[in-house]
Amino acid sequence: MNDDHEHHDHNHNDSRHHDHEHEHKHEEKSPQAIRAEALESLLIEKGLLSEHAVDDVITNYAQRVGPMNGALLVARAWTDPEFKQRLLSNATQAIAEYDFKGGQVDHLVVVENTPERHNAVVCTLCSCYPWAVLGLPPKWYKDPAYRSRIVREPRTLLAEMGLSLDTNIEIRVWDSSAEVRYMVLPMRPENTDNLTQDELAALVSRDSMIGVEVLCQAGQSS
Amino acid sequence: MDGIHDLGGKHGFGKVERQADAPTFAAIWEAKVFAIMRATGAAGGWKNSDQFRHFVEKIEPTAYLSHGYYGRWLGGAETALVEAGLIETEQLNKRVEKLGGNRNDLIAARPQPSRQTANLQASLARPAKTAQRDVGEGLFSIGDTVLTSSEVKPGHTRLPAYARNKFGEIVALHGGWVYPDSNAHGFGEQPAQLYTVKFASSELWGETSQYAEANVSVFLDLFEPYLQTCPATER
Repeated sequence: MNDDHEHHDHNHNDSRHHDHEHEHKHEEKSPQAIRAEALESLLIEKGLLSEHAVDDVITNYAQRVGPMNGALLVARAWTDPEFKQRLLSNATQAIAEYDFKGGQVDHLVVVENTPERHNAVVCTLCSCYPWAVLGLPPKWYKDPAYRSRIVREPRTLLAEMGLSLDTNIEIRVWDSSAEVRYMVLPMRPENTDNLTQDELAALVSRDSMIGVEVLCQAGQSS
Repeated sequence: MDGIHDLGGKHGFGKVERQADAPTFAAIWEAKVFAIMRATGAAGGWKNSDQFRHFVEKIEPTAYLSHGYYGRWLGGAETALVEAGLIETEQLNKRVEKLGGNRNDLIAARPQPSRQTANLQASLARPAKTAQRDVGEGLFSIGDTVLTSSEVKPGHTRLPAYARNKFGEIVALHGGWVYPDSNAHGFGEQPAQLYTVKFASSELWGETSQYAEANVSVFLDLFEPYLQTCPATER
């Protein structure tokens, strides 16, 4: 399998990412990168891994699945009270009509942020995350710093991450320790009354749906 | 198991490093590991996600912290493949050297040879689409106070150490689910009732702790075998 081809395929129409990948090519390969390549070639040779498997993963998870799905749900909940009600009472059923691919949402729970209550999501034991609505998790979500600290000192950590919550705001941290997956319904930013559902969806950041960011106003987050 | 993966509440990891506009895969090898993880499951190396999670938990602990998320998956997949007898470590090491790597670099995988045959033989059963199972009514209702288990187990479990031997309140019922503590080890699904349990920060970290805040709580999804009723007089 040709790396150049994959890089190109992965990043067409996006020069910034292309530059990023380009830099990687001049770096020394990490031992993990070499071992992964060695294992890939061994499994292909044994007929256990198809030559297209890596391309399929990139197509599905770097392009088709991502936080745009969650953003769609959030924007609809902001504009459609009946849908919001269904989303908060049984998100698994409410999102069934979308048939989102990507998995990890067999049992989805959506928790609502309000002026009095803030929610944040973590998986301290591994890195469980609702792939079908938020895509694959960002690196920081999987790193020890977030996983260790958000359950012990959420207010301090969120402030460090740029989200200062007044001490009178309740904080609820959801540690995804089983197969239930959590997504935060962020508060609708002010001065967005005239926006369409699509325009609203464009304002919704991934991090606001994990609960480490609030959406302040059009085009900006905390 | 009391492994390095059980990170909730640990000190010393410093600031959360967020990178704006990071690509889904920082490098092509990460996507390769994703594909390898799936292929390993398809080949019978792991039979359900509980088992794969346990393969990842068992990797070399310093590699768990230093090899990153996909490095951990690589270690889990390699362990599963070797234990299932689908590849041999020496085969892989030779190939690593051929690609310019060093066989003395820290390897995350730590396969246990004794497990090899059992795994391969059990590999034919395909897992059901979801892990939800009908188990009827559970022991607890919303509003009940429960006490979590204090037991330390050598195998897979989904009760984090920071929430052991703590009082919490049942706030949601999720019906029956495959029990990871059994399923991860090939001892059957043994489905159990799943609950969301709310823990006050003062209960988790101590009433006098600086981490205790009246309006901060942590919610965990816990299986019935982790929980017991507690008489009101206990507190």
